[in-house]
Amino acid sequence: MLELRDIRKTFNLGTPTPNPALRGISLRLKAGEFVTVIGSNGAGKSSLLNAIAGTFPIDNGQININGAEVTTWPEYKRANLIGRVFQDPMMGTAAAMTIEENLAMAIKRGEKRGLARGTNAQLRSKFKEYLGELGLGLENRLSDKVKLLSGGQRQSLALIMATMSRPKLLLLDEHTAALDPKTAEQVSQLTNTIVEQYGLTVLMITHNMEHALNTGTRTIMLHEGKIILDISGPQRADMTIADLLQEFSRVRGEQLVDDRLLLA
Amino acid sequence: MLSFPVLAGVLNQGLVYSLMALGVFLTFRVLDFPDLSVDGSFPLGAAVSAKLIIEGYNPFVALTVAILAGVAAGSFTGFLNTKLKISSLLAGILTMTALYSVNLRIMGRANIPLLQEPTFLTILEQWAPFGQYLPLLAFSIVVIFCMAALNWFLRTEMGLALRATGDNPHMIRSLGVNTDFMKIYGLALSNGLVAFAGGLVAQYQGFADVGMGIGTIVAGLASVIIGEVILRPRFITGQILAAIVGSLIYRFVIFCALRLGFAPTDLKLVTAILVIGALAAPNLSRNKKQDRQAQNLQLEA
Repeated sequence: MLELRDIRKTFNLGTPTPNPALRGISLRLKAGEFVTVIGSNGAGKSSLLNAIAGTFPIDNGQININGAEVTTWPEYKRANLIGRVFQDPMMGTAAAMTIEENLAMAIKRGEKRGLARGTNAQLRSKFKEYLGELGLGLENRLSDKVKLLSGGQRQSLALIMATMSRPKLLLLDEHTAALDPKTAEQVSQLTNTIVEQYGLTVLMITHNMEHALNTGTRTIMLHEGKIILDISGPQRADMTIADLLQEFSRVRGEQLVDDRLLLA
Repeated sequence: MLSFPVLAGVLNQGLVYSLMALGVFLTFRVLDFPDLSVDGSFPLGAAVSAKLIIEGYNPFVALTVAILAGVAAGSFTGFLNTKLKISSLLAGILTMTALYSVNLRIMGRANIPLLQEPTFLTILEQWAPFGQYLPLLAFSIVVIFCMAALNWFLRTEMGLALRATGDNPHMIRSLGVNTDFMKIYGLALSNGLVAFAGGLVAQYQGFADVGMGIGTIVAGLASVIIGEVILRPRFITGQILAAIVGSLIYRFVIFCALRLGFAPTDLKLVTAILVIGALAAPNLSRNKKQDRQAQNLQLEA
């Protein structure tokens, strides 16, 4: 479903302070795989998602989604294949527009937007039914403006909008990190429900090690722009958080040794 | 003191300039793009319209071409902003400045009088002889039509995408919309409306002047803000209506200022003060409230 071949990206290239964010990332995701992404700050997690979504052009490598080579596609065109939820609940919804209008825009992902009415009775009843199924209490607030919603409600709505047209790939960038623990748990639950229901292919960044191992089918760890750990199946099932942290410090330690050798 | 012709004159102005206010509303409020090119596209519409009429073209054809000229001007500002990455304010200023020369080129001189020429009003008069009521009737119909059309458009799939481009470009891009295109589209539409207003004004008042665009943006903004302060609209239909109502009130205030003895040359100052007042009013009252709350807290403590 997703194939990355040797993705490289350096920010501030050609300045005195080049910042290599991605240093040769290759990754293959099968349809229906749910991959959690972990790594310390500055490891390149968000850069990886941005590179896939097309927020910036990459320096090297190739990106294939669902069999199409999208490396040179602009962000809005890739968006036809990719659903995305950001950390900031304000980013995924249009505040001054109603819930219904937001959903109506989301359902048209990948389709031509013409001069037909944006919302209509048919869509409304569809939204009502769907929101009712998810039990968020939003089904009777369709004509409320999104800015009236709480952060958790906004993030749930953003998640629904990112997924309702069943994108080929769902990118979640720490989408529960800005919420209080209880709301975060609800949004995580909602994520699992929706992903399962639609059988989506997912890349999810998380800082929560427990989530990283318990959610999804596969876990990758990034460090300094490279994938340093890629586990799935029984190996992942046997792994504990302690193992993961140990693995993490082991890799970092090795790196330090390498550096010392180089400098000696 | 307020005879019908006088009142009708104020209303006519309010109505015809409300089309310009709708254009300003579209950029400033819907697209969140402070577009200053309207100071150039308003006289552009007037220049094109006047020039074509003295060249012998049908006044309705002249208005249509005026709209198209405005669309081109707006698209140019959009092109500067989205493709050449020039900031929105500067892009508008550049277009406005360039249009000053363009408008002079089109007109060939600084002022074209149309008093002896046919206008859309003289043509309508042959069809519908309503005399002094005709302009009011004609402008009302045009404004209601534009209002309804804009209200319809902003609720279409494309209209939603346009509004989202102003509200949260990040989000609508992540839903597959080309925001550059939407910006250009919105600016074209806005400047088309403004140039239409310019063309109508030229034909209504009987001349086009190269300086008639100065302060268009501030007048448009004044209308939009006055309407918002008074109607406090929550949804798009109300916002559109507010721009129209604001324009009518604005023209009435200007009329009163003239009656009070201000010179016509003072009107820009009056307008600026009006806009400052309307912009500051919500903040001032909020500060007062906060002060009072702070005082109460102090008393309690």
